[in-house]
Amino acid sequence: MSPAPTLAVVGAGPAGLSAALAAALRGVRVTLLDSAAQAGGQFYRQPAEALGARHPKALHHQWRTWERLRDGLAQQVSAGRVQHMTERHVWFVERVGEVPEGRDPGNPDGRGPGGSDRRHFAVHALPGPEQEDSVAVYADAVVLATGGYEKVLPFPGWTLPGVLTAGGAQAMLKGGLVLPGRTAVVAGAGPLLMPVAVGLAAAGAEVAALVEAAGPSHFAGRSAALAAHPDKLAEGVGYLAQLLRHRVPLAARHTVVEAHGKDSVEAVTIAALDPAGRVRPGTERRIACDTLAVGHGMLPHTDLAEGLGCRVDGVNVAVDAEQRTDVPGVWAAGETIGIGGAALSLAEGHIAGRSAAARLRGAAPDPRTWAAAAKSRTRARKFAAALAAVYVPPAHWAEQLRDDTLVCRCEEVPASAVREAVEELGATDARSVKLLTRAGMGWCQGRMCSAAVAGLAGCEERSARRPFARPVPLGVLARATDEQAPEGGPADDEQNPS
Amino acid sequence: MVGAACALYAARAGFSVVLVDRGPVAGGTTGSGEGNLLVSDKEPGPELELALLSGRLWSRLAAEPGLGASIEFEAKGGVVVASSGEGLAALGEFAAGQRDAGVDARVVTDAELYELEPHLAPGTPGGVFYPQDCQVMPSLAAAQLVRTARGLGARLLTGRTVTAVLRTTGGEVRGVRTDHGEIHAPYVVNAAGTWGGDVAALAGVRLPVLPRRGFVLVTEPLPRMVRHKVYAADYVADVASGSAALQTSPVVEGTAAGPVLIGASRERVGFDRSFSLPVMRALAAGATRLFPFLAGVSAMRAYVGFRPYMPDHLPAIGADSRVPGLFHACGHEGAGIGLAAGTGHLIAQVMAGGVPDLDLTPFRPDRFADSPAEEAS
Repeated sequence: MSPAPTLAVVGAGPAGLSAALAAALRGVRVTLLDSAAQAGGQFYRQPAEALGARHPKALHHQWRTWERLRDGLAQQVSAGRVQHMTERHVWFVERVGEVPEGRDPGNPDGRGPGGSDRRHFAVHALPGPEQEDSVAVYADAVVLATGGYEKVLPFPGWTLPGVLTAGGAQAMLKGGLVLPGRTAVVAGAGPLLMPVAVGLAAAGAEVAALVEAAGPSHFAGRSAALAAHPDKLAEGVGYLAQLLRHRVPLAARHTVVEAHGKDSVEAVTIAALDPAGRVRPGTERRIACDTLAVGHGMLPHTDLAEGLGCRVDGVNVAVDAEQRTDVPGVWAAGETIGIGGAALSLAEGHIAGRSAAARLRGAAPDPRTWAAAAKSRTRARKFAAALAAVYVPPAHWAEQLRDDTLVCRCEEVPASAVREAVEELGATDARSVKLLTRAGMGWCQGRMCSAAVAGLAGCEERSARRPFARPVPLGVLARATDEQAPEGGPADDEQNPS
Repeated sequence: MVGAACALYAARAGFSVVLVDRGPVAGGTTGSGEGNLLVSDKEPGPELELALLSGRLWSRLAAEPGLGASIEFEAKGGVVVASSGEGLAALGEFAAGQRDAGVDARVVTDAELYELEPHLAPGTPGGVFYPQDCQVMPSLAAAQLVRTARGLGARLLTGRTVTAVLRTTGGEVRGVRTDHGEIHAPYVVNAAGTWGGDVAALAGVRLPVLPRRGFVLVTEPLPRMVRHKVYAADYVADVASGSAALQTSPVVEGTAAGPVLIGASRERVGFDRSFSLPVMRALAAGATRLFPFLAGVSAMRAYVGFRPYMPDHLPAIGADSRVPGLFHACGHEGAGIGLAAGTGHLIAQVMAGGVPDLDLTPFRPDRFADSPAEEAS
């Protein structure tokens, strides 16, 4: 009998965990790689154990789902079916060879099942906080579950200390249990703002305002799609009740036009939006605060998929009904194929794991066996589409940028340079704006500013091609190959998940 | 870049110019290059003469008010490094030939070499210093030349694809058709770079331009550690090679903006944009051999481009005898930025009916007419 097929899952958030468990339970040997010290991703981010949090669940919803995933992972790890590699920063996934018909080069003795989808991949990762070395994990197939990152839109004053992303504030609450400031304003657009405001208030901050670009009229017309999710509505109502209880003023159909301060944020100016998404003159008011948490939704991480040559539609990795990308042997699930939340990620991960397990055995999977997950995927996608239509940044946000407002922090590119590139120099897409201004060429490689540049330049937002998912030392790259990561045995970090 | 230069010099010669591109300015190979203005890698012959003419024109452009700084023109000089004593002797011979052709090429011994580049790997026997090698930021150079041309009345039409070359019943060019309407003109200049063969085909003529893929690795920004363009002597052989197989030779240079650029790979694989880790590894290995300190420096990104390769490594510049009114200015392979100024200048001269500063015979666009069909790549 041939040895069990192997699967590398990149990302241990809801999608990756779900995929890893689904595949492991069906006889696949799974290596789960994640950059964090503990599983969970951003959604189920855990406080570091050393902090000894006694009530981490107070900060989490769907705690029971998380417990199931966590316990499932622990079981699979101790059974030797999943190897969980923490603090592995994957910088590239490489195709290291096609499988000739009926033969498996990694397994010369065993005969690959006829027509199987076994391919060989090397997942290259930089371990530990130093990220100075690189190890490779070899696998027959890969699930990319690399999640998303926050979309940042600039405004005058956004680079002041004390301005942080909504997700950053939440991560600090969930992971570090640190209260970022004493008087906070939470602003932007999106379903993340309410839980962040509630979390900050519950942790003892005074939340001076929740500033949301969407207004009640945006919800009208989508009520059917939204009402199909009574659980989600109840969640929303619950947050509203908590906002009331903490006396958080809600400024709907408003936006932050500027953050003020000398060395750090001292106040923000907010203003009402008109139906077209422009600031209504004369509605500006100033609110004192020392923290501004701002979020405008999320964008998918697609670097690894693009390095592999997977098709990307707009900003999302394209997949079929089985979560397969167009590159044989590569599946993708969760926010990397489109922002949709944890429930959607769980369903997609599950389907990806089951599809991969079947195809690695050379069998076409029967979608009826995952009908429940497929149903919840359909529902969750509809809901995500409705939310995405409701929570959009103000249409004319770019008008708020002054010529000297920085758009790209890494390269210190002001809005005027982007405007000049478009109006004077013949840039018509994000790439040529980047080439002519250096916006997006710095340390973050445009992760922070790509949405802003596209918006300001008036061109379509597309994923930028970033061959390396993170910076790699040339000394590491110069080696002919990476050392293979040690295999087998339970990973050292999973002995005591209590 | 070549199109931008043609537009500028034609506008300066008094032509009414319309510059058409299917993408944005600098959207093709220009945006994927390093911006080299090199004489060091060229052997005596027509290309070197064009490079020397171009170098003078670039220096003049860079001296124009505002232009020099805005295109990041830098007369940084090039250093070619020998790997052995024999290599140094061969390099010295090559340099002597270049000197006879008018190149400033100075053989430097090891001590002088380390003065030029203090962070070079120890044990390097010596090399040749080329003070005439310069650099510009290629996208900015193209965009600023276009802007200057527009100041003289040239029109820029981006996002328009040329779909046909219009001819009179007598066969003369009378303009182009685009996906957004026709543009009428008695002269059409094909400056479509790597895609120049496609535009030539629209006019019914064959021009064998093939893509030769190259990757450039870009590091995190650094203080100036690499002062010149530094490359190993085998780079010259790779540039001159006609092989389709992958070749890499280390080329390392610092930039005004901080990042170090690392090249150079050459392979003929069609327009395959997929990222190749083995090529990246080879580039990194070559660069760290030249400059060991780079081992601890991070690569931030890499980009891919397609050089317009011609079978005899010479660009097509000048009138096409087969189609009256059609001119070509493409096929400059990896030297298009450097050769652009000279090309634009010469095209403007011949369009105006004058005698060009350089004999264009070696660059005749119809020189391949009788040769057998090129292999597909």
